[in-house]
Amino acid sequence: MVGKSIPRVDAFDKVTGRAKYVEDILPQDTLVARIYHSKIANGLVKSIDTTEAEKVPGVVKIVTCFDVTEKHYYPTAGHPWTLDVSHQDIADRLVLTDRVRFVGDDVAAVIAENDVAADQAVRLLKVEYEEYPFVLKPLEAIKPEAPQIHDDFKRNILRVTTREKGNYEEAIKEQGLIRVEGWYSTPIVQHCHIENHICTARTENGKIVISSSTQIPHIVRRIVGQALGMDWGKIRVIKPFIGGGFGNKQDALYEPLCAFLTLQVGGRPVTINVSREETFVSNRVRHPFNVHLISHLRADGTLVARKVAIYSNQGAYASHGHSIAAKGMGALAQLYPCEHFSAEAYTVFTNTPVAGAMRGYGIPQTMFAEESHIEDIIKKLGENSLNWRRNHIMPVGFEDTFSKNVHHYDSFNQCFDKANAYLDYEKKVELYKNQTGEKRRGVGMAAFWYNTAVWPIALETSSCRMILNQDGSLQVQLGETEIGQGADTAFTQMVAHAVGVTIDKVYVISNQDTDVTPYSSGSYASRQTYVAGFSITKTAQELRKKILDVGYRYTRVSVDLLDIVDNNLVRITDNKVVMTLADLANASLYDTDFSQHISAEQTAQAKSNAYSFGCCFVEVEVDIPLCKVELIDIINVHDCGTLINPALAEAQVHGGMSMGIGFALSENLLIDQKTGKVLNDNLLDYKLATFMDHPDLEAQFVQNAEPTSPYGTKGLGEPPTCPVAPAIRNAVLHATGIAINDLPLNPHKLFEAFKEGGLI
Amino acid sequence: MYDIGNLYEATSIKNAIDLLCEHPKAHIIAGGSDVLVQMREGKLAGVDLVSIYKLDEMRGITITDDKSIRIGSLTSFSHITHNKIIEENLYVLGEAVDQVGGPQVRNIGTIGGNTCNGVTSADSASTLFALDAMIEITGKNGVRTIPISEFYISAGKVALEVGDVQTAIIIPHKSYDGYSGYYLKYAMRNAMDISTLGCSVNVKLSADKTIIEDARIAFGVAGPIPLRAKTAEKRVKSAPINEQTFDTFAESILEDINPRDSWRATKAFRCHIGKSIAKRALEKAIQRAGVETHV
Repeated sequence: MVGKSIPRVDAFDKVTGRAKYVEDILPQDTLVARIYHSKIANGLVKSIDTTEAEKVPGVVKIVTCFDVTEKHYYPTAGHPWTLDVSHQDIADRLVLTDRVRFVGDDVAAVIAENDVAADQAVRLLKVEYEEYPFVLKPLEAIKPEAPQIHDDFKRNILRVTTREKGNYEEAIKEQGLIRVEGWYSTPIVQHCHIENHICTARTENGKIVISSSTQIPHIVRRIVGQALGMDWGKIRVIKPFIGGGFGNKQDALYEPLCAFLTLQVGGRPVTINVSREETFVSNRVRHPFNVHLISHLRADGTLVARKVAIYSNQGAYASHGHSIAAKGMGALAQLYPCEHFSAEAYTVFTNTPVAGAMRGYGIPQTMFAEESHIEDIIKKLGENSLNWRRNHIMPVGFEDTFSKNVHHYDSFNQCFDKANAYLDYEKKVELYKNQTGEKRRGVGMAAFWYNTAVWPIALETSSCRMILNQDGSLQVQLGETEIGQGADTAFTQMVAHAVGVTIDKVYVISNQDTDVTPYSSGSYASRQTYVAGFSITKTAQELRKKILDVGYRYTRVSVDLLDIVDNNLVRITDNKVVMTLADLANASLYDTDFSQHISAEQTAQAKSNAYSFGCCFVEVEVDIPLCKVELIDIINVHDCGTLINPALAEAQVHGGMSMGIGFALSENLLIDQKTGKVLNDNLLDYKLATFMDHPDLEAQFVQNAEPTSPYGTKGLGEPPTCPVAPAIRNAVLHATGIAINDLPLNPHKLFEAFKEGGLI
Repeated sequence: MYDIGNLYEATSIKNAIDLLCEHPKAHIIAGGSDVLVQMREGKLAGVDLVSIYKLDEMRGITITDDKSIRIGSLTSFSHITHNKIIEENLYVLGEAVDQVGGPQVRNIGTIGGNTCNGVTSADSASTLFALDAMIEITGKNGVRTIPISEFYISAGKVALEVGDVQTAIIIPHKSYDGYSGYYLKYAMRNAMDISTLGCSVNVKLSADKTIIEDARIAFGVAGPIPLRAKTAEKRVKSAPINEQTFDTFAESILEDINPRDSWRATKAFRCHIGKSIAKRALEKAIQRAGVETHV
């Protein structure tokens, strides 16, 4: 059951349109709310004239920032809550604000009977501002003279952390060291999930009931409670099917505002259906990084000392904050271990859209810098790209002192071998040397590591409930959320395996409802298969014990001699079926003396996590006069442990590679430097790679069972995005001799770089 | 939900003209792939619409008595691309409109809408300029036909008066007879994009295929409206087919095009790409005429 490519359990309902998403289940009488967003990048709302807007037929109520009289500042990050105040996320948001900090901030909302009325009224609001100077780039925002965006954060630095090992300053005094230095930068990109965020709120039975397109229903409940100053039990959050999140929905987005608005209209249902334009500007984006790397090497290639500085652009509010830059810094310390390492990471507020979680969580940015820099080092040394990496990458047995993660197997080399064989990489490195002509081929590679789950930085907990039905089937509830990645299917296989039933007997309830579903933190950090593995096995053990105890009553076979195999109670001494699970469930429930509805519920805490490894190899053709990169071939190889469902794993890798391709070649949210306004807030001008921009995507795996997981598994959700961009950048370097350190490698960048490099 | 004022559904071309005269502020809607987008953006919010989408007499492609090709304005992009007359005589036009957006847009979008929009990036427009296409307009005073170069007035403005409907696009026989064409759309993606620059070339070669007898080249996004590169055309007329001619042609383009700096692309970038794609499109058009060149 585990390890097989069974069809997705939700495939039929999804392709026939039966799966219900938030927009499919809105209350019939719902009102709609449209948000008026700040038109200035930094300042204060002085007044809002609603007179004309109120006159629009269908407008029910206009709620402005001045109606938010109780100011409950709240954090939005979808992190597990911590009782340690110093580690709590920064509470800097209000549901509506007069102190606006970016173009797109939430100032007012029109509640109306329909979208047209709401849109018309929003356009008629007259807002007066007091404008402040603004700053859009982190390296400018940290200057003393920069405008102060949040009072409590001097020089706009949300946080700075350092990591020191050995003695960098002493080490670089060694004679004869080779110094390689580079700045690497990544763009603002957005998740571009198909389903925009949507939520609907109403009151029922004294509670606020919210249905939301979220990855983290239990966390959203807590945040809505904080935002409204209400007891958390008075908030109920329901997550139906959702159309992707990639981290954007690992934040409380508009649930707090929606809950606030329903209270403004006496508990009538209010729906906020976010547009694509708002998704780009007023949800979350990936943190753009500026990374400065300096490496000192001996002539034999030994890495002696390294200096790292990361500047992460947080945008206007804290959201996930410094976690992203800190995670990136951690990766740099470990991928190519080095005795003397000195790093600092800054997370800096600017007056730009808010950065939050996005697939890879700092690692795609960091890997772009690192694997580009490593390629530059290798080029300077005149070494072989593959061999140098083999010799210097994290060695087998490496243990991280902080997380206690261990590199158990020779995963990197195994991944490299597969990718090299598929692409014929080493041969092409030679073949494409010294090309001339308009179109030139090149190959490139990059490795990555990614940490599964969030322990020991934050709590890792998962709860599971299993209920035995009369026919011997199981209902299973987990707080872990299906967001399109196939979690419910993997859980189905894991439950069937753990309990001893067949796949068709397992019903994983896809919707989470915080009033009903046991607590888990949700979908992020590529954690769910790993962490749910613990709660599923723990709950299955309890359920099996209960079943076997009841089985003994009806079969008189000692529980020590009983097992559950393929929906039957089996005597293990001779494999004889002594009772079917269906008969047992029926007998137990309707027993007039010992009626028992068999169920089990357990919470498991994971106090471990695991490195997930892999690489990407690509072949490109660069059209020099046209300044274009065409991907000819691309392969990702991953060691994410034992695969639960190989077909789904492959799909996960395809999706992540696609996201990496857009990050590498075309995606870039542009901000007008004169106004702070996003210029390309739509899918025409924001160049998300289309089907026609992809070659066939090859995904392969190395399956080294992860020793810390009951299923031998570890994270795969985010890893596929991590190595793609540097591999492409390195392939372009190979093809043209031009190193471009500023993503994306779109024609505009290539034009400038080729001009500078004398190619055109 | 769209913010539409009133929707009037025309039952005939005459009825459409009457409705447009009765409601002079109304906009014509055909496939809607541009109009509805603008309404959603709030630009045309609340506007009255006259729909001509059901007027089948404005659909289809025919060869007229004088061997011109007549394309009804409501003909969809996908119908143009897959039409036999187009495939055999005007392959370049089928190729150009096959690069509009994606399959869904090409099924609903019409060549009339594409040109009446008046935007320089329209994929059909540069090719129609390169073909010296004629635009048939039906209005309250009857039918008139004008060259496409006179149809486009300025960015977003075309030669349609109140009550006018563009009813057909006509490609004269002399424009396509013996010509071979190539359209190169330069965009940031291979689908679902508007062109950063578009270049359409038509060439006629000498009988021995060594000389370029005639060349017509048009650009989209090289100015506020599509334009012909007349200087470059003159320089390659009667020139031999060789690398030097291609280079001369490419360099000459800069005397004809006038792209602007915008956040979508710098002028320097567009000029460079203009040269590069002109050269490539010319070579491809010549290849299509049966000559082997190196590209």
